[in-house]
Order: sequence, then C-alpha cells, then structure tokens
Amino acid sequence: MSNLQVSIYRYNPETDSAPYMQEFQVDTKGRDLMVLDVLHMMKEQDNGLAFRRSCREGVCGSDGMNMNGKNGLACITPLSDVIKGNKLTLRPLPGLPVIRDMVVDMGLFYKQYERIQPYLQNDEPAPAIERLQSPEDRDKLDGLYECILCACCSTSCPSFWWNPDKFVGPAGLLQSYRFLADSRDNATEQRLSELEDPFSVFRCRGIMNCVAVCPKGLNPTRAIGKIRDMLLADAT
Amino acid sequence: MVTNITSFSRSGLSDWLMQRVSAVVMALYAVFLVAYLLFNPGLDYYAWSGLFAQTWMRIFSLLAFISLSAHAWVGLWTVTTDYIKPTNVRIGVQLFIILAIFAFLVWSIQILWGA
Repeated sequence: MSNLQVSIYRYNPETDSAPYMQEFQVDTKGRDLMVLDVLHMMKEQDNGLAFRRSCREGVCGSDGMNMNGKNGLACITPLSDVIKGNKLTLRPLPGLPVIRDMVVDMGLFYKQYERIQPYLQNDEPAPAIERLQSPEDRDKLDGLYECILCACCSTSCPSFWWNPDKFVGPAGLLQSYRFLADSRDNATEQRLSELEDPFSVFRCRGIMNCVAVCPKGLNPTRAIGKIRDMLLADAT
Repeated sequence: MVTNITSFSRSGLSDWLMQRVSAVVMALYAVFLVAYLLFNPGLDYYAWSGLFAQTWMRIFSLLAFISLSAHAWVGLWTVTTDYIKPTNVRIGVQLFIILAIFAFLVWSIQILWGA
C-alpha cells in the first residue's frame, strides 16, 4: 500500500468564504519522495492548487511551509522525516496573511528585514582595492550569511506572530548580527541604537523554535544573544 | 525605533537587565527562606518575628519585594502587549497591574516595619 493520505490547506479569497482542508490520495509507489514532489503530484490531480517553488534544492527558500506541524522547505524534506501514520498535513507558513492556498504575503517579513538595513555601511573613504578582512574576522560571519530568508524561523516564532510589526523576528535579527559582526561595517552604534527598545530584539523569549526549524541549521537565538551582549556592553 | 510609554523603563535593554537581576535576587531570597525553615523545624512566632526585626533581614526582604515588583511589571507588560490587542483594554489592564503592584509594595513595607 503506497497511497499517501494528504490533507492540504485551500483558500481562494475570490471564491471561498473561508479556508478549508482538501484531502488527496497520492501514489508514491513506496518511494521516499520529497514533500515538494508530492505537491507536484497533487497539482497534476488539481491544477488550481497554488504553492511557491523555484530551485527545488533548498537554495531559493521559496517553498517554506508547515508540514505536519513543523515549518521547513518542502523540496529538501523527505516524507520519512515528517510522515506520521501515512498521513501528511500541509499548511501555509503560520502567522502571515494567506494570498491563496499555500502562498502567503511575506510583506511584514521583508519589512522587518529592510528595517535592519541589510547592507554594508562604511563612511570611511573606499580603498583602491576591496576592503580587506582577516580570516579570523571572516570566520565570524559563518553561521550568519547562509540565511536564505525562507521565513521558516520567523513564522514559527510566537513573538513574531503576536507583534510582527514591532519585533524584528529571528531571520531579521540573524541578518542584523551578520552586519554588526562584520569588521568592514562601521555603522555599529547606529544599528544598536535602533534595537534597544522593548520590542525589536527584547521580545525574544528564547524558546528557540527558530533553531528547531531552520532548514540551513542556523542558530538565530545565539545571534540574538550576541546582539544583547553588544547592547549591554555599549550601554553599561 | 519602537517606543513604549507603559513599559517599566521604556528601554528594552534596561527592562531585560532588570528582569534578570531581579530574578537572581528573588532566587537568593527564596533559597534563604526555604533553608531557614528547614534548619528551624520547631519555629515559633517569636523566632520568626525576631528574624524580621533585624535590619539586614528587612533590607533583604524589601530588596526582594522591589525585585518582585519590577519583575512582575516587566513580565506582565510583555504579556499584555502580546495578547491584548484593543488599545483601551490593554492600557486599562496595564494601569490596573501597575496600581496593584504599587499597592502590594506599600503594603509589604507596612508589614515589614509595622508591629
């Protein structure tokens, strides 16, 4: 028996008055497919089904979704990792407005990303060659720069659910620390002054949902702790 | 910058530090009280009253109560801003919490230095 029972969130605001769950039977022929493959097989059955995907190898971060209750990238999540009792439940990333089916409006997520000014700032005159960095300083960026902004972490964070307009969220804060830690960036003081209010950083209660779901194995909680240390060192 | 006028110190950093420091003070106070009760099994009114008559115990107790007040304010303010979305309800609950904390603190001072 290789028929997989899939329950998926459907909502088309133009025709549906409310979201509902639709049931699919997918014949996996006993193979341990990726969840994205199953989505494609479902789209063959009902081509009205909407979801985002692009590179299908965990690089673009388009197909972040909630699979049996846990956020992750459908393209690199094998069925054997998520299936419970031959049943798969797929929902859009929690906490963001749904545009249609599995497609969410990432506006608030990007707004928070924009707020931390995710680009190198340096007011010293540019040298004739690149701004050089020692191998040790470069090492500080490991575990930070790899983020693909799939939003799996921020949308699994209750603090982001309740205050997505004020709390930067784990993804934004990981990137914030990526620039705070960069030896070539000298806007540190100004960056820190934007973060010391009760919401932007300090709404993090350290529950580490972000660490549990990150498909790239990154650790936003550690980065947030480092930002707190920098704020404390700067202010005491 | 996000601003807030009903949070304990208006600064997230200061609130956070206050919550951590007050937690340590309360932990020390709780451990001390439990140890005192364990090492004095036949405790009577006069011994208990004598403990609280000493100046260092009153200072330690007041420090613990002030820590509890600050800790409760920061924590409950966070809860109200997470879960209560209508502004007037949220401000009402926040003012009630602040008033209650103030009343309890004054009451605890009265108990410490009274009778």
